[in-house]
Amino acid sequence: MSYVGEIVHGIRTLLTGMAVTGKYFFRARKEIITQQYPDNRDQLRMFERFRGEVVMPHNENNEHRCTGCQACEIACPNGSIEIIWDRKVDEKTGKKKKYIVKHIYHLSMCTMCNLCIIACPTDAIKMAQNFENSVYDRSYLTKVLNKPGSKLMDGIDE
Amino acid sequence: MYDFTPMVEGINRWLHSMMPDAAATFAGWVLVALVYLALFAVMGLVLVLVERKVAAFFQLRLGPNRVGPWGLLQTAADAIKLLLKEPVGTKRADMFLYNLAPFLLIIGAMMALSVIPFAPGLQAFDINIGVFFIAAVSSVGVLGVLIAGWASNNKYSLLGAMRSGAQIISYELSMSLAILTMVLLAGSLQVSQIIEQQRDYWFIFKGHVPAWIAFMIFVIAGTAETNRTPFDLPEAESELGAGFHTEYSGMKFAFFFLSEFVNMFIISAVAVILFFGGWMPLHLDGWTGFNQVMDFIPPIFWFLIKMSVMLFLLMWFRWTFPRLRIDQLLKLEWKYLLPMNLVNLLLMAFIVLMGWHL
Repeated sequence: MSYVGEIVHGIRTLLTGMAVTGKYFFRARKEIITQQYPDNRDQLRMFERFRGEVVMPHNENNEHRCTGCQACEIACPNGSIEIIWDRKVDEKTGKKKKYIVKHIYHLSMCTMCNLCIIACPTDAIKMAQNFENSVYDRSYLTKVLNKPGSKLMDGIDE
Repeated sequence: MYDFTPMVEGINRWLHSMMPDAAATFAGWVLVALVYLALFAVMGLVLVLVERKVAAFFQLRLGPNRVGPWGLLQTAADAIKLLLKEPVGTKRADMFLYNLAPFLLIIGAMMALSVIPFAPGLQAFDINIGVFFIAAVSSVGVLGVLIAGWASNNKYSLLGAMRSGAQIISYELSMSLAILTMVLLAGSLQVSQIIEQQRDYWFIFKGHVPAWIAFMIFVIAGTAETNRTPFDLPEAESELGAGFHTEYSGMKFAFFFLSEFVNMFIISAVAVILFFGGWMPLHLDGWTGFNQVMDFIPPIFWFLIKMSVMLFLLMWFRWTFPRLRIDQLLKLEWKYLLPMNLVNLLLMAFIVLMGWHL
């Protein structure tokens, strides 16, 4: 490139850069991305793909979808999930069937890698968007995901 | 509001009526010094706040908004914090030079400020070599930077100071030649006369293309002189900590920080004086009504409006361009700006000789 051409090219690229930042500056009022967090706690919506913690959804009859297959426990790379299970006779079929006593989840060890959600064959667990996870004692971070007295939803099989 | 000369003379007469002549002169000096000190502090606080807000909007953030309404008191709070900080230094630093350096920087900035006219009559020191004086005195600052880096007993400070020396001495050339180009057009070095010459048209219109080229070079060199991004090699925080002021804390650090903003103000002021007519209103040939409306706006507001546009331009540079490497910096000056400037100077001389300027 010639000497003069280089100068012209340089000026043009500088102006291109300034146009980009200038556009940001004059639209800044509408597009500010800062969240003033503790003030707007009530309206704050996290992003859809944000992973806060693992939860197990229950329906209104206190039923969950977890069959106790332990796929999540096996999938978890750092042992954040422990499942205590037992067998009992199903009233309808008369067969012995697995059920969960406690689905224990250690939030303190979890890295939010999402592998348990992928592994679950019945979509019993999912990631919640809650991020306010601080507590005063580590033991509070060990959670039992199935609610007391809950049972398996009808029609869900391994 | 239009001409401050009667007000200044009134104060002078009042001082002389109250006390003997020598005492009155001395009281006048003290008064001017106090006004400039106040101006210096207010300018620093306001410019730092504006810079932070502008930077925030460029990056789609909110900027300071917690202290006072819209964060207006943020920099005042910062200044109080800096006043209360412990002055920490390095072992085996040269304490005399270490303490002297921030004051050298501030003195250079304040001296340059004294020749800048804010409005008719509002000028502390109207000497016949005004523009030359600004160029000479603004390079006293580099001495402060060099001493600060040397006396800190820290390798990063020394590297920053050496870079600053190389950079400011190189770009001083470009700046002076750009100033010289406009002085050719004005035919005077006195600031008040340069402004008076622009009563009908500003120099940026009078000087045709060479004036535009000179303005561009002046802004680039001025940005380099003030050590601002993209020429902030002396304090490149990713390489040198904070460069020459790494070892300073508390109020001494604040002096370095403030002097950057005062230098920015001076560069903008010189650009406004040389290219945009100082406090002169915008006049267009034949538009009598328009000219009268423009005359209605007081000169001090004209000056402040032009200043804010120039300062915004410098801030825009800072938040757009990435930092140059030291070899790129020197290449830009010696291989591009300097030859361009010399050709531009000849071109301007030819235009003035032929009487082609308006």
